[in-house]
Amino acid sequence: MLERPERYADLRSDADSVIARGQGRSYGDAALNENRLVLLTERINRMLEFDPVNGRMRAEAGMTLAEILPLIVPKGWFLPVTPGTKFVSLGGCVAADVHGKNHHRDGSFGNHVVALELFVSDGSRVTCSPSENVDLFWATIGGMGLTGIIGEVTIQLIPIQSTYMMVRNQSADNLEQLFQLLQNPVSDDCYTVAWIDSMASGAQLGRGIAMGGHHVEMEELPGNFHRSVKTERKRSIPFDFPGWALNSLSISAFNSRYFHREGGRRHPFLSGYDSYFYPLDAVANWNRMYGKRGFVQYQCVIPDASSFEGILKLLEELSNSRRPSFLAVLKRLGAQGRGMLSFPMAGYTLALDLPLRDQGLFALLNKLDEIVLQHGGRVYLAKDARLSADSFRAMYPRYAEWLNVKNEVDPQNRFSSSMSRRLRIGGSA
Amino acid sequence: MSHSVLILGATSAIASATAAAFAARGDALFLASRDEDDLRRIAADLRLRYGVEVHQGLFDAEATDSHETFFNSVIAAFPNLSGVVLAFGYLGDQQASRDFKVGAKVIATNFTGAASMLSHCANYFETLQRGFIIGISSVAGDRGRQSNYVYGAAKGALSLYLQGLRNRLQASGVRVITIKPGFVDTAMTYGMPGLFLVASPQSIGVRIVAALDKSADVVYLPWFWRYIMLIIKLIPEPIFKRMKL
Repeated sequence: MLERPERYADLRSDADSVIARGQGRSYGDAALNENRLVLLTERINRMLEFDPVNGRMRAEAGMTLAEILPLIVPKGWFLPVTPGTKFVSLGGCVAADVHGKNHHRDGSFGNHVVALELFVSDGSRVTCSPSENVDLFWATIGGMGLTGIIGEVTIQLIPIQSTYMMVRNQSADNLEQLFQLLQNPVSDDCYTVAWIDSMASGAQLGRGIAMGGHHVEMEELPGNFHRSVKTERKRSIPFDFPGWALNSLSISAFNSRYFHREGGRRHPFLSGYDSYFYPLDAVANWNRMYGKRGFVQYQCVIPDASSFEGILKLLEELSNSRRPSFLAVLKRLGAQGRGMLSFPMAGYTLALDLPLRDQGLFALLNKLDEIVLQHGGRVYLAKDARLSADSFRAMYPRYAEWLNVKNEVDPQNRFSSSMSRRLRIGGSA
Repeated sequence: MSHSVLILGATSAIASATAAAFAARGDALFLASRDEDDLRRIAADLRLRYGVEVHQGLFDAEATDSHETFFNSVIAAFPNLSGVVLAFGYLGDQQASRDFKVGAKVIATNFTGAASMLSHCANYFETLQRGFIIGISSVAGDRGRQSNYVYGAAKGALSLYLQGLRNRLQASGVRVITIKPGFVDTAMTYGMPGLFLVASPQSIGVRIVAALDKSADVVYLPWFWRYIMLIIKLIPEPIFKRMKL
């Protein structure tokens, strides 16, 4: 069942089970609620306040990052944290406590939220912030929408001097070199991420390209550049690719070409912010590349102490499985935030796109879960559709604390989803 | 030159999309509706997105006694009001045809309230010898059907009213445009079975504003509804009365 309110007050719901959905960009079942109510927030998307002097903005939770950017960028402000797509809602960014390429320096989205308005289960609206209703605030940051319906979000933006990014690629011949590039302060930058050639094996296992970037300052810009945003042509994948289009050979060939082409760009280069942060947004329906059966995204984090060993094991397992991952991305994460169910922790996160060919994929993913657990890591709920309830509890040690807040604010467990039932989140412990 | 426009019933999806289309041209707006909280939200959003002047005021279509005072408050804010968009409407439900209490509200909002408010607007623009009135009616007013004939009758009456007004104001140089939207993806139609060719409120809003630059008097939105309704109107009554519509 779907409802799509157009008036702010109608975010209040009396349903026995309800979950909010913004843009539905979660890869898993976080915003599904089988045979129960899903509240679409896409029409609750008004910008309410934006102070171009101090960079603070308040908007309704259904507003997307794509709608926010053209309003703030011309005034010299940028999102403090952005995920890899701008077609996500503010409410979704809060509920999943999303992170971006600057997590190692600036933390996750929740670190920059000044206040929230939440519709809670008794129908009232509660303001929470790092200083007001503090527990509810940190239970909602990363709380997957299970504490209530997020109505308004106030965030602190960051100042920028131009719309351009200065990007530097550095290639690494193996995982060890790649880790060094991500750790080394000399090669560090405001935004860092590494692409891994998931098909490489043996001595080349974990070879890839570390990509650093930062917002270009005025004095860094060549004189002939101006502040305007270049719009790029939108491409589109017109149909589902046949299942055989992406296979070990084609991905190996692509990866090898990409490694040598991008890794060869030794000198820093300028890029528009849109193509830097949102490369896939420029290709509409990119998911069709994976064919009709689609793909599974798997993202985990391994804490610093055991991260190299853990990531190495994960890549070995993947390489041995001969299941091609079209995309493998490694990113260093900074200190854990205060969100009780937030995903990021100090360490390294690995994200994999795995085409769904057969059920054998899930056996592989279970093996990856074991490796993650053995190394003290966790799986990202925003991208998950198949983790077990027990693994969830082992991975998220602050769940008991979160549950106390949840039971206080939503004793009947009305805010629930297909994900919360699968992971047995909420209700009795 | 930029306009200043009054939007009546400004919190509906079509109305707020129309307001956004005016704001995108740099026009100043006066938003009116019963919902004070949403008015404030929409007004703030339009100011921030388009940098235009936006006023807001409480307005109840059914409270016809208050309409003159309300219209004067709009003129106080916009002494050079250029035009009005009448966008409020009330669909009611299936009960509207069986229970006159519901039906009366449908008529009071869609027709009586509209006629009352339009009389004040028409007198004002007639004196000034300029201005425009855009009335959002409905394709439902083109032929009575068993599923929503009370709403259809009220909207049909509104269409006739606008037609007469256009005839009266022609000599004064005042534009009167009748908009007849088909299915639009709004709260009014959300989840209804049997919808087809559903248009987004944004596309309707842009076309409503664009109609000002054209000469059309009656605008079906999207355009193909003119032909769908033409066919529906051509069905002979002896056949039509047996149809399930």
